[in-house]
Amino acid sequence: MNWLKQLFLRRRLYDDLDEEIAFHLEERIEELVAGGMSLKEATAAARREFGNVESIRETAREAWGWRWLEDFSGDLRFGLRMLRKNPGFTVISVLTLAFGIGANAAVFSVVNSVLLKPLNYPKAGELVALHQTAPGAEGLAEFENGLLLSPSMYFTYSEHNRTFQSLGVWITGTANVTGLAEPEQVRTVAVSDGVFETLGVPPAVGRWLSQADQVPNGPQSVMLSYGYWQRRFGGDRAVIGRNIIVDSLPREIVGVMPKGFRFVDSDFDLTAPLAFDRDKLILAGFGFHGIGRLKPRATIAEANADLARMLPIWMDSWSNGPGSNPHIYETWRITPMIRPLKQELIGNVGELLWVVMVTIGVVMLIACANVTNLLLVRVEVRQQELAVRAALGAGWTRIVRTLLVESAMLGLIGGVVGVGLAYSGVHFLVAIGPSNLPRLNEIAIDARTLGFTFVLSVLSGLLFGLIPALKYAGPRGRSALQSAGRTVSASLERHRARNLLVVGQVAMALVLLMSAGLMIRTFGALRKVDPGFTDPQHLQVMRISIPDSLIAEPERVTRIQNEILDKLSAIQGVKSVGFASAMPMEGVDSDWDEIFAQDKVYSGDLIAPLRLYKNISPGFLQAAGTRLVAGREMTWDEVYALRPVVMVSENLARELWGTPSAAVGKHLREFSNMPWHEVVGVIQDVPEKGLQEKAPEIVYWAPLVQNRFAPTARTATFVIRSGRAGTESFLNEVRAAVWSVNSELPLASVRTMQEVYDKSVARTSFTLVMLGIAGGMALVLGTIGIYGVMSYTVSQRKREIGIRLALGAQGGDVLQMVLRQGTKLALVGVAIGIGAALGLTRLMANLLYGVTAHDPLTFVAVAALLILVALLACYIPARRATLVDPMVALRYE
Amino acid sequence: MKKPIQRDLFPGALEMMILRILKRQPMHGYALVQHIKRTSQDLLQIEEGSLYPALQRLLKAEFVKAEWGVSSTNRRVRIYKLSAAGAKHLEREVSSFERMLEGITRVLAPEES
Repeated sequence: MNWLKQLFLRRRLYDDLDEEIAFHLEERIEELVAGGMSLKEATAAARREFGNVESIRETAREAWGWRWLEDFSGDLRFGLRMLRKNPGFTVISVLTLAFGIGANAAVFSVVNSVLLKPLNYPKAGELVALHQTAPGAEGLAEFENGLLLSPSMYFTYSEHNRTFQSLGVWITGTANVTGLAEPEQVRTVAVSDGVFETLGVPPAVGRWLSQADQVPNGPQSVMLSYGYWQRRFGGDRAVIGRNIIVDSLPREIVGVMPKGFRFVDSDFDLTAPLAFDRDKLILAGFGFHGIGRLKPRATIAEANADLARMLPIWMDSWSNGPGSNPHIYETWRITPMIRPLKQELIGNVGELLWVVMVTIGVVMLIACANVTNLLLVRVEVRQQELAVRAALGAGWTRIVRTLLVESAMLGLIGGVVGVGLAYSGVHFLVAIGPSNLPRLNEIAIDARTLGFTFVLSVLSGLLFGLIPALKYAGPRGRSALQSAGRTVSASLERHRARNLLVVGQVAMALVLLMSAGLMIRTFGALRKVDPGFTDPQHLQVMRISIPDSLIAEPERVTRIQNEILDKLSAIQGVKSVGFASAMPMEGVDSDWDEIFAQDKVYSGDLIAPLRLYKNISPGFLQAAGTRLVAGREMTWDEVYALRPVVMVSENLARELWGTPSAAVGKHLREFSNMPWHEVVGVIQDVPEKGLQEKAPEIVYWAPLVQNRFAPTARTATFVIRSGRAGTESFLNEVRAAVWSVNSELPLASVRTMQEVYDKSVARTSFTLVMLGIAGGMALVLGTIGIYGVMSYTVSQRKREIGIRLALGAQGGDVLQMVLRQGTKLALVGVAIGIGAALGLTRLMANLLYGVTAHDPLTFVAVAALLILVALLACYIPARRATLVDPMVALRYE
Repeated sequence: MKKPIQRDLFPGALEMMILRILKRQPMHGYALVQHIKRTSQDLLQIEEGSLYPALQRLLKAEFVKAEWGVSSTNRRVRIYKLSAAGAKHLEREVSSFERMLEGITRVLAPEES
């Protein structure tokens, strides 16, 4: 601390020293005068004896070790003065840098929050997702999550593993809560024992769901999320021990999880125990997400081997019922592929974010190039000043340092303004970011982002400061004293740095515009994909779930659904109605089934390929606007009569029977003991998982079928086609209509199909907007760069142009000359840019759809655009060149 | 008149002398110079000014303390005092200097035969 005090007091220390020295000299002079010398002689003698006052003062000050600081603060003061003296230059540079740094800081804060920061669980590095694949199970490749775990698998893994501290399974769902206010559909997560222990986040109030809660038909307990607790109970701690009605059953609230807690990526309102009945479990039922916490020194490879070791135990311990062969799963070739939980959570967003980060980084480089150009011009103007300093004895390193301090300061000021911009930038990013962006709620500007911004500011300051500094203050810079004062025509060498910068800018701008162009093409291609429904703005959708605790009998469920449809279609302005177990792109987990065609042979133990299946109501196709390719729809009479009829998608019809029309009249079934169903209709292919994904093969069952596992679709998406879709008055009437049938049915996910559609292309539109912004910035900055360099070149060549004009050159010749020079630079830049883009756009291949990373149209269009803009940027200075008055230009001599 | 020897002092010598003088009594810079000149009988040629950087170094190392006082000529002047740390430092320096001197003397002494 002492040195700090001394530092602040150094001004006084220096004054003391000066006073002391003055005293010494005066005292000596007095003495000498008293000894008989004249005052003049005495003064000279005293000074001679004392030595060089200035140098001694310097040495004495150095004793305190602040020399570097003195120099540095001198540089700072000087730099600030220089920046103040050139407000135009300063404002333009600071703004350019601020936008570059701000954009980078904003994107970095997203990258940091989503990709870099560890998950919000204690010792999150030990957490893994129990991911597994099954290449031998056809159709399974389309599971987004690979092969999920079955309950029996969970028991085997949990009881026999050697590499996990704990593990568990969980599944998301919905439930109806009644008795609090209006009936409400809430998001639920059902967990097995081990999930809370694995995640390790203690409850905010009360306790976790315990092993005792997992007993089948045992205590009916439930935990609340923090948000639900606040919303429904106002954060009342006395809520513990109270009951709430979930799916018509009372459950006791035992605890509340803390704010921000999520099950991996799932927000929830309630979490309840799965309470598997161990004795009734079979091998199948692969619907549960597994998570585990590895033992401290266990690796993922060891854990994979551990799971693989347990698969035979699993097959030996359970069966799929009498007569079935438990080892048929060997043909599935189940392979554990455990992933770090963070990777599971981030998914493919990492790639997208890195592409955006790199893009924004390139924008920063272009911004730096612009500022470098400005600095080059300025340093050139200051050459004489620098030469004088060098002549007065400043070492060239000292001069370089002065210049670097100045540019680093510029970078820092830009950084400070940039952080301000970044705050609004982050709001913007969160607002336009795909809503399924993982960890969206965690995005914030934190210390690491600020650190990044600081380093970026200083580094960019040094980067753009170094080039002019070395170029003009370097050892060679000394000759400047002789030449700088004269109006010499610019030498080639003096322009090389600037030209290189322009070429670089054009090349980088081209790469960015190219990627933006490819995204535009992708978006265009996506818009052309038939989503399987029409006019989505006028398609109201909502999900209604009828739990079996409310209505047990399957046919009653269908009748209620049918009744709701009737009430809905009676609303004024409704054209048609229907329901399906899920709408395309809704993000609802799909149902899968083994499907056997009657006229195909399935050998022995072979399991038929899994197919996605949906239940649809009569009238659904018309309401949604989905095309019927062949045959006819099912009727309500057939539904209630349990007539074995079914519909299939066009691609499934082609795969099984060649053509859609050939499929009509053929038969298929799910399991060997189920009745054969007649295919009565073929439906167009629908990109169920999103526009970019291949449309899956789908089997469409009636809402009520002979199936002991899923006889009816208890949760269904109702679709209403109406011009009034989305309006408040319409929704009120819709709610009233539903509740007139049963007042305990909540409406969930109420939205128009347009919202569903927009959400499913959110990732693409986000990328498009981001790359568009980056490309736009690059284009503007690049144009300014070219314009600046050409203007400066013209102003430097005024004399030469004057001579040319005086010697008889026409305005047109001069115009051409300048344009040619500018175009040459642009062309070189475009050529380099195309080369770079060929390599770089491949990195974003996964973000593209319907267009290759080397799309010639985009390449040609972007190159043409850039050349055109470059010509425009050169044209203005070129025009000015033709207006040079030869007399004025020559008079400068 | 003796001709002064033109020779630089070894590093630390000046500081050592300053500390030694201050040990006897506190003094201001100018008086220190005069004292050194007088007692060395001008055998040591030191640039008067070089005293001040040495004093600053001693101040920084906290071997001496400074206080503003009034000189015999009734002017404001900084008076230096030896600190406890300075006294210890002086002791160490003097003893190591004496050892060095002894060593040098032995080497320089005519060989005993």
